[in-house]
Amino acid sequence: MSAFLAVLLTLVAVSATVTVLIREPVRQAIVLGIMGLFLALLFFTLQAPDVALSELTVGSLVIPVMLTLTIAKLRALDARGDEAQEDEDEESRG
Amino acid sequence: MRPRYIIGLVGIGLLVAALAWAATGLPAFGHYNQAYGRVAARDAVPTRNGTNSVVITSFDYRGFDTLGEEFILFVSVTGVVVLLRRMRSAGREEDSAASSGEIEEEDMRASTGERWLGAAAVGPVAVLAAYVIIHGQLTPGGGFQGGTVLMGAAAFLALGGESALMLRIRGSSSPIEIAESIGAGGFAAIAFGGLIAGGVFFFNFLPYGKAGLLTAGVVPLDNIAVGLEVAGALLMVTSELFEQRLRGGAT
Amino acid sequence: MGIYPYLVAAWLAGVGFYGVITSRNYVHLVVCLTVIQASTYVLLLSVGFVNGGQAPIFADVPSTSVVVDPVVQALSLTDVVVEATVMALLLALVVQAKKRFGNVDPDSVNRMRG
Repeated sequence: MSAFLAVLLTLVAVSATVTVLIREPVRQAIVLGIMGLFLALLFFTLQAPDVALSELTVGSLVIPVMLTLTIAKLRALDARGDEAQEDEDEESRG
Repeated sequence: MRPRYIIGLVGIGLLVAALAWAATGLPAFGHYNQAYGRVAARDAVPTRNGTNSVVITSFDYRGFDTLGEEFILFVSVTGVVVLLRRMRSAGREEDSAASSGEIEEEDMRASTGERWLGAAAVGPVAVLAAYVIIHGQLTPGGGFQGGTVLMGAAAFLALGGESALMLRIRGSSSPIEIAESIGAGGFAAIAFGGLIAGGVFFFNFLPYGKAGLLTAGVVPLDNIAVGLEVAGALLMVTSELFEQRLRGGAT
Repeated sequence: MGIYPYLVAAWLAGVGFYGVITSRNYVHLVVCLTVIQASTYVLLLSVGFVNGGQAPIFADVPSTSVVVDPVVQALSLTDVVVEATVMALLLALVVQAKKRFGNVDPDSVNRMRG
């Protein structure tokens, strides 16, 4: 087993640990993209170009885009919830 | 710490220890020696006349597994659409007509550089995606990879600021939905065609040909079907989330 | 060390499960599920590796050369794309949960009833 493969495996393990330990979803999306990149390199080294192609496109394009869209939607729901709450308060007061 | 966390950590520790112990029973890394894999690798090229044995394995020898995965794709996209479309109609009653008009105009005013870059990127990426899909049985690639690249080409439309265009091509019986359904149905139809032609589900009934573009029987058609479905599914999911962000956001 | 890749796969699974159990945000939980999925891909591909083997694409090598196993690669490559869509379904559920319960904290959701 070559040293390159061992280093790549360790990088994957370290980036996965960092992904789990970060609690903020926006930062997690970025680190998840980095982990996807290391995974794709690992799959290339394990002589699996098809899987590496899939992982590269999915892990760097699809998953971070979906995550950031969801986070934006959650924040928008927050803003609308605050507005609705204010309107309700005004109505109940007035 | 709560007792639930402690029990959870103990459980995880046991799981990792059990997995590590099981790993010692596997053959050492690099000494894979199973007959099925060796036969699949050795026989894919002579019998099917393709050169990418991974794609041939996944669409011909293990076509049933790929059919199951396709249906997982289809069902999850249906789930996403059902969940988020009901939300969208509930939210639309709260938006006034004026505010939704404002949202469309604001998003259309992307900078000129963004729009040029997005427009310039869509064409080459779409051609690349079609290349990857069609050449699945010859080089690394195939339906799944090419489908995601095709979704990327369409995502450039949204990133280039043409959000109004994206909103318009969505909606029920839009081209994206039709493409996805054709892909899923086409894959199943090819499988049934194998049943009719050869008496076995997923029988490879087209002639094999020489090692060129049209080889390996039904695998090119399968690749196209899967590519359509994956691209359609990912586009539908992303545009559902995207539309949520547009309609629910800028008030 | 002949079993280092399998240990890395086990470690990824353990770390992912730890993230799921101690999660305070549903989106963080979905990302930890992605880490668990990554561990299965690493395990599958490491099982199929052959020392000195080439990629199982025979475009320019004769079909009798030593290659790695194509079956596990076929399983992994369909899985990668499909799991992304399943993650989308989970994210749609998270958005619905936020709409119903007002926040995305797993621990506070089951204290609200009705």
